[in-house]
Amino acid sequence: MSKIRKNYEKSFAYRLKQWVNGDLDIADAKQLEVQIPEKKEPEVFLNSMEQETLDDIYDERRNKLLRRMDLLSKAASVVLCVVLIAFLLVMVADMPGFGDAASPVNNEVAARYIESGIPETGAVNFVTGMILDYRAFDTFGESNVLFIACICVQILLRLDKKSKRKEVQDIKKSAAKELKKEPGEDLILQKVSMVLVPLLFVFGIYIILNGHLSPGGGFSGGSVLGAALILYLSAFGYEKTEKFFSQKTFKAITLSALSFYCLAKSYSFFTGANHLESGIPLGTPGNILSSGLILPLNICVGLVVACTMYGFYTLFRKGDF
Amino acid sequence: MRTFEIALLIGLILCAIATALVKNLLTTIVIYMSYSLMMSVIWMILQSPDLAITEAAVGAGVTSLLFFITLKKIDQISEDKKDE
Repeated sequence: MSKIRKNYEKSFAYRLKQWVNGDLDIADAKQLEVQIPEKKEPEVFLNSMEQETLDDIYDERRNKLLRRMDLLSKAASVVLCVVLIAFLLVMVADMPGFGDAASPVNNEVAARYIESGIPETGAVNFVTGMILDYRAFDTFGESNVLFIACICVQILLRLDKKSKRKEVQDIKKSAAKELKKEPGEDLILQKVSMVLVPLLFVFGIYIILNGHLSPGGGFSGGSVLGAALILYLSAFGYEKTEKFFSQKTFKAITLSALSFYCLAKSYSFFTGANHLESGIPLGTPGNILSSGLILPLNICVGLVVACTMYGFYTLFRKGDF
Repeated sequence: MRTFEIALLIGLILCAIATALVKNLLTTIVIYMSYSLMMSVIWMILQSPDLAITEAAVGAGVTSLLFFITLKKIDQISEDKKDE
């Protein structure tokens, strides 16, 4: 470690960094370098014989094979990188141009979405119509992936309250000590988030509710909501946040949203994703209350995403909700 | 508009290289955030606002927050302060 450090201190980058930080005048760099007191390496008591053999094996200056292998691996990594870059660039050059009418992407599928997307799904925003109607099965899988990811993080990072193992107790103590400092006396953060958090919440809800009319939808709106929750949490601390969002709310929201999605769409999954009437009238395209099931499904996806974002943050931070 | 696009693309490449080369992990995350922000503007230019919103919220917001917490967990941020 100290060897690497020394090598780094000799390098140009270190001197540049020092100069940028103002520790070093570049004119008398070499003089200063001598004055830096070198840290003594911890002495290892070895016989001179043993030291000799160790040096023969590990010292690059003596062991030619080691040096050659080192050089070889460096050269190989560079060559590999260059070959990979060249390969990918050639492949990119082989792809159809941007906006090329003859590219294989422009087939009857896209034409069909554009032609009969509005009358069939009632969504003015094609993308949402595609995601939540024609390909609702994929979106269901995606939201399940998010849920499973959150569960996995919980398995990895959650601290067991009943555990008596010393490591767990230590982690809990340090986390509790850190949490006592929250909410910090950060006046700027608190004042800014007082203004920003309501706006962010309204914006996230707007994106979710207008998913079938304007750009956006469940995923983007949900992540904006999650970011707003995280901002509120970091400004005002856990006590205030847990008044309206605790682990119970997390469980209830995620479970009900996912199971509603599953129940609402499973009939079409079961029949091989054929289009079946949902029974909800499509309404006039362009109104908020239109396009049948897409609006409730958007809300479900948004809730799941927001909960997942918030859950990730708290689990990383505290090891608990 | 064309020059703006080219400037953004060059910025993307510079950010990508800098993320790999910078030694300080905190700086790396900030550069990564700016990468995501530029990427979201590019999505906007490519006429996919859906992706632009998601990129700005997830890439620049939540992901880098998670990185920050991870750095704090492994005591990288506080150690830097001690050095200075």
